[in-house]
Amino acid sequence: MALKSLDELLKKDKEREKDGFPKKIKIGKFVKPTKGGDKNKIIIIPTVVEEKFIHDDRARSKDFLDEEGRESSGSGEGNVGDVIYEKSIYEDDEGDENGVGSEEGGEHDIASDAYDLGKILTEKFELPNIKDKGKKKIFSRYVYDFTNMNRGSGQFLDKKATLKEIVKTNIGLENISSSNITPENLLFVPRDKVYKTLAKEKEYDSRALVFFMRDYSGSMMGGPASLIVSQHIMIYSWLIYQYKERVDLRFILHDMKAKEVPDFHTYYKTGSGGGTDIATGFKKINEIVRDERLSNDYNIYVFYGTDGEDGNKGGEETKKEIEQMFKYVNRIGVTIIAGKNSSSTMEEYIKTSDFLYKNQELIRFYKMEENSDEDEIIKCVKYLIS
Amino acid sequence: MKLIDQKTKKIMEECKERARDSGLKFDGESLEYIVTNKDLLELSSKNMIPTLYDYWLDDVKILRGEKIYEIFPDNPYETVINTMPAISFYNDNNPDWMNIMIFYHVLGHLDFFQNNFMFKHTRKDDFCGQALADKRLINKMKSEHGKWVDYAIESTLGIDNLVNYYNNLSKINLPEKIKSSEKIDYYFDIFLQDIIKVSHDKYLEEIERYNQINKKNCKEKESIFFSETTDKYPEFESIFKKHMERKKERPRDVIEFLMENSKFLNKDGNEWIKSVMQIIRNTSMYFQPQMRTKIFNEGWASYWHEKLFLKDERIKGHEVDFAKIHSKVTSLNRVGLNPYAIGMRIVQYLEDGAERGKFSREFEKIREIEKRKNCDKKTGLGREFIFNVRENFNDFTLINTFVDEEFVNAYNLFIVGKRLNPDKEVWEYYIKSKKSEDYKKMLLEKLYHPPFITIDESKTTEDTLYLKHYFEGKELIKDFIPNTMIGIGFLWDGKVKLDTTEVKHDNSKEKIKYQKVIYTLDNKKVSKEKFDLDYETYGEYIQDSLKKFFGNVP
Repeated sequence: MALKSLDELLKKDKEREKDGFPKKIKIGKFVKPTKGGDKNKIIIIPTVVEEKFIHDDRARSKDFLDEEGRESSGSGEGNVGDVIYEKSIYEDDEGDENGVGSEEGGEHDIASDAYDLGKILTEKFELPNIKDKGKKKIFSRYVYDFTNMNRGSGQFLDKKATLKEIVKTNIGLENISSSNITPENLLFVPRDKVYKTLAKEKEYDSRALVFFMRDYSGSMMGGPASLIVSQHIMIYSWLIYQYKERVDLRFILHDMKAKEVPDFHTYYKTGSGGGTDIATGFKKINEIVRDERLSNDYNIYVFYGTDGEDGNKGGEETKKEIEQMFKYVNRIGVTIIAGKNSSSTMEEYIKTSDFLYKNQELIRFYKMEENSDEDEIIKCVKYLIS
Repeated sequence: MKLIDQKTKKIMEECKERARDSGLKFDGESLEYIVTNKDLLELSSKNMIPTLYDYWLDDVKILRGEKIYEIFPDNPYETVINTMPAISFYNDNNPDWMNIMIFYHVLGHLDFFQNNFMFKHTRKDDFCGQALADKRLINKMKSEHGKWVDYAIESTLGIDNLVNYYNNLSKINLPEKIKSSEKIDYYFDIFLQDIIKVSHDKYLEEIERYNQINKKNCKEKESIFFSETTDKYPEFESIFKKHMERKKERPRDVIEFLMENSKFLNKDGNEWIKSVMQIIRNTSMYFQPQMRTKIFNEGWASYWHEKLFLKDERIKGHEVDFAKIHSKVTSLNRVGLNPYAIGMRIVQYLEDGAERGKFSREFEKIREIEKRKNCDKKTGLGREFIFNVRENFNDFTLINTFVDEEFVNAYNLFIVGKRLNPDKEVWEYYIKSKKSEDYKKMLLEKLYHPPFITIDESKTTEDTLYLKHYFEGKELIKDFIPNTMIGIGFLWDGKVKLDTTEVKHDNSKEKIKYQKVIYTLDNKKVSKEKFDLDYETYGEYIQDSLKKFFGNVP
């Protein structure tokens, strides 16, 4: 039997929903890491997960830093407690079993992030609340405008500029005094006429700066992290597609501490295992904005994803940092991944404070369930930027 | 895909002779094919069985494999499948000398397939031929029922790990000796006492009569005994027959239960679905032993390719090449579990130990460490011992029985833990434990072990199917539960409940707590209810739930 193309298979997958069967194919992205930055080769790969009742090896221990399921075999010299290998947390976290120290290092399976780029790209979204700011950056883009001034002759009389010249001439002739201005008596010479002519002009544009931030603490591992990452992949793809170079992107990760990472690849591949302090993330962005004086020149957006489990229970710090952020931000979009009925700490303290009402235009909250599908993610994106 | 040429086949046949001389046992016939990497990719979507039925998602797997190959080209050396005759595939990139080494490796696998007790049920027929017949059947059904065949396949695949393989195995391996005659038992225990209610004397008379006939020790003694009985009690035969029908073991695995009890499947016009289910169930049953002997099987094959290859004079000049490949395949990783390496070390350790007389009662009696260390009886029984173990052990029993302190120390093995060092921003892999019991536990944790899920018939009604998961300390992967249930719901055509146990999330950091969770599928929607448990530890809880299933075991 001839192999079917991916398009045909995806079509077949979609038709299943009509018969009451869930979709089977997930489209994942496989990033082939290359040394030295952003030229990673990205390949779209279809994945099928065989869903069965299977034991979950992860959920054995409360301590995410030291999970039983993550134990492996080792051999050679050394005493109990010795560290025998270190791997940067920015490297891919999968494939420990054969990855480390073996020749196939780097052969990793992907976290199959479900997303449908086509769908999101055809939606025409707009960044909300864009304002004229700074217009500092110069683009290699030109428009023609009546900007060139020309005396005596030209295409379009600039009346205001012409009047100014006439006044100047009459002051020189002492034909005018501040107490008595009668326009009929003013004298004018032909060279006082100022014309505008069409000229090639550089375009200056409003710039936007988008911060992606996610909680990568231990409690986010697995489902919640991949949901947030999927959502951010969507927003990222859409921004890149629609705004091209007019949007600058920054990436922040936090657990107990916040840090900035250089590119989206690192941002979406990195996992941690620490506790959670949400305030650190917002604080980090405030610091960046302040230190680099970004608020004068940019429309600033913050997209943030978390499960809302904040170690800092009362959330006073977080609320303070968000209040601070309201002074410059155009929109904060927060996604909380949580169970249907449970309410997370962040939700609690957000609900009990009034700044949601005071700043309705500036902040959006969306609560998503852990097993949400693509459509739900898109709904969430729409809400966050509406 | 093409058969190997005559020259290479001759080499293979010579390898077989040498392997047999060393004690390996396998059938004479075998087929060898040369394949490309692309062929291997396509085969892997069908578990390497070229004749396996077609399923649309296999195409997705192939596409995926091709894409990944584009990024990370990969060169698997061989694959062998357990069929009659045995079929093995060789990568067309392999040099000739390497194929000799691989032939030996393959022969090790064949010996394992054909002699290990776990594979007994796969010896009966030619699986490739059966698969081909199944494939044709499924194709025929597809022409009649279209996409619904795919739905039947995927719904059954969702539960094909719950086939109760060991139940099947225990029936096959039950020794003849302890099989007492069902008929005799019924006659004396139930028929005479409960149905006819004979007097005490009459009962003893009958026993005496039986004993007399039994002494004759001929094959027909049972029929001789019953020929007289039938004269006395003409109704016995039919009563016994009825009893046997009632007693016919009730199916315990989910697929069989559905096939027998789903009203939907037993409706006119739906019976074909049961054929699909039977095919999936048989396929799963066929692969069960493979999944449960991975470490042993690969270790066994690696042990033999090393032994036999080094003795083979035909490969002179390639010793260094061999050493490179061999060590790549069988080296113990500094970090990470390599089943080939661990399996081979265990086989070597057993041979050496048996040679020294370690696995004996006398040795167990020795208490002094030095004496134990120096014990070397040169029994000459090492080879025999490993062949014996190869016949009667699987991964679990092998590791559970033989991984001990001496083994762990001999190869400097330890458990590697992984922890975050936030200051250095690295994951640290550190030596967590060197204790043999910890190491054994870690190995056992890595083995294939599907959850134990059965039908709770007391809670199953006309409309509702009630699945009970016997909790063994690990919850089920939650993301997979709803879709798996939708599949079962299709086959049952009614409500489905799954009674399981999950971690209870609370804010305490010390101890994990568990709660009972019941998932309900109703009208294609899955909902979830949580219940508190009255158990202090999950150990207590597991014990109790197993007790409920198996009854009180002292």
